[in-house]
Amino acid sequence: MNAVLSVVGKDTVGILASVASKCSEYKANVIDVSQTVINKYFAMFMFINIDNLTIEFNDFVDELIALGKAKGLEIHVMHEDIFNLMHKI
Amino acid sequence: MYNNREIMETIKMIEEQNLDVRTITMGISLIDCMDTDIYKSCEKVYNKIYNHAKDLVKTGDFISKKYGIPIINKRVSVTPIAMLVGVSGGDPVLYAKTLDKVASDIGIDFIGGYTALVGKGFAPGDLELINSIPEALATTTKLCSSVNIGSTRAGINLDAVKLMGQKVREAAELTKDFECIGASKLVVFCNAVEDNPFMAGAFHGVGEADTVINVGVSGPGVVRAAIANAPKDASIAEIAETIKKTAFKVTRMGQLVGVEASKMLNKPFGIVDLSLAPTPAVGDSVAHILEEIGLEQCGSCGTTACLAMLNDAVKKGGVMASSRVGGLSGAFIPVSEDAGMIAAAEAGSLTIEKLEAMTAVCSVGLDMIVIPGDTTAEVISALIADEAAIGMINNKTTAVRVIPAIGKKDNESLNFGGLLGYGPIMPISKLKPNTFINRGGQIPAPLNSLKN
Repeated sequence: MNAVLSVVGKDTVGILASVASKCSEYKANVIDVSQTVINKYFAMFMFINIDNLTIEFNDFVDELIALGKAKGLEIHVMHEDIFNLMHKI
Repeated sequence: MYNNREIMETIKMIEEQNLDVRTITMGISLIDCMDTDIYKSCEKVYNKIYNHAKDLVKTGDFISKKYGIPIINKRVSVTPIAMLVGVSGGDPVLYAKTLDKVASDIGIDFIGGYTALVGKGFAPGDLELINSIPEALATTTKLCSSVNIGSTRAGINLDAVKLMGQKVREAAELTKDFECIGASKLVVFCNAVEDNPFMAGAFHGVGEADTVINVGVSGPGVVRAAIANAPKDASIAEIAETIKKTAFKVTRMGQLVGVEASKMLNKPFGIVDLSLAPTPAVGDSVAHILEEIGLEQCGSCGTTACLAMLNDAVKKGGVMASSRVGGLSGAFIPVSEDAGMIAAAEAGSLTIEKLEAMTAVCSVGLDMIVIPGDTTAEVISALIADEAAIGMINNKTTAVRVIPAIGKKDNESLNFGGLLGYGPIMPISKLKPNTFINRGGQIPAPLNSLKN
């Protein structure tokens, strides 16, 4: 099972690193990353595999939202099913 | 795989355009709770609802976090209580209090089913229940009540219509110190559906399974944003196409939540209700969709045509997205729950007469309309009869949920708070329909051919 992680916020050093280490801490495997900075704003989409998560997915979501709050970033983590269903027939 | 644009679109829909699942509603049959002793009956009702729905709120919250979709309400609908009253006798308000208590104990937002189905006459329990509705609504907080007074196949029970005009007034009078809120939880139907997840009209029909999960989506803000992004010179066919595509996405989300909830709760999945349900929040208004299509304000000439197109396009998009569609499925036009409708009513652009015309092309009826406090029961009955006639002739569900503003001046408003919103008092004809209403009897079922 995969999830989509999106991060938007003011660019600073180490955003990708901090999100990636959170993933690694709970054994979420990063499959793909696309990242860009537009007008000093950082935007990243990360596809992660959550089969071997060491905590419940919902707790993982809480952890990342808390990380986002601490760093002033807007972080969303959503199960991939919602995108598959909404955008594919 | 989906691309970044699609991911952003989904997040934007939820964050900026108020996309949400309005309700997960669990339907529970109370047929096996009937007992000739009303106290035993109430105990069985409490236990059955508690046992089946105790995890509903937890499950809703879990799914909400997993997919990042807000799920606003968790609700329960039950078998029409009039049937239980018919078996047990006794004071129906005991059932009302039992339902309200179990709703509080399991943490849901509303419970519906304080209902009587009297389209063709009164069975044992029906009259007792109807007469108790004002008190039941005044002494509970989460209970919703509905009465079906007619259908295309049976015609309209004018005796019930007369009675319901009185009960709507009494429900408002008993709660006049609380913004007449009793009447906001009472709806009078023609052609009521058995699998409606939306309040105040939800009840668990007798043709339904023992338990079932129904889902109601919302998404006026998403539809409005999609139309706003279309070119200003796009033809109305292109706008209809845009609405269809958006409705598809919204409904897919409802389907996902419904299937997941039914799996987690181990209950059969019932239906997704395709209704566009507005809230008083800015950007979540059906009226604003109509204005985005190109009307100066909701209520102008052209409103009925735009609404008809919107309602049809939402259904066409939604049907494709869900394996099972049902409930009311259409655009709701509750005045006090829709920021654009409230503004149009305050400006005098939107009248009850125009709303009545609009109900002929969309679900569901004259909904959440505040009327003057001195409106007589006969006038309310006649308004119910008019609306029921539209439903009966057009083979669709119609309903009336009006709130007489007892003790208020005509330029004042009522504020219910929360999803129910607030509304200015709208003028209504004071001419007397008394002789018609007092005739009683049954309006015969209409002919279904020679349609003109």
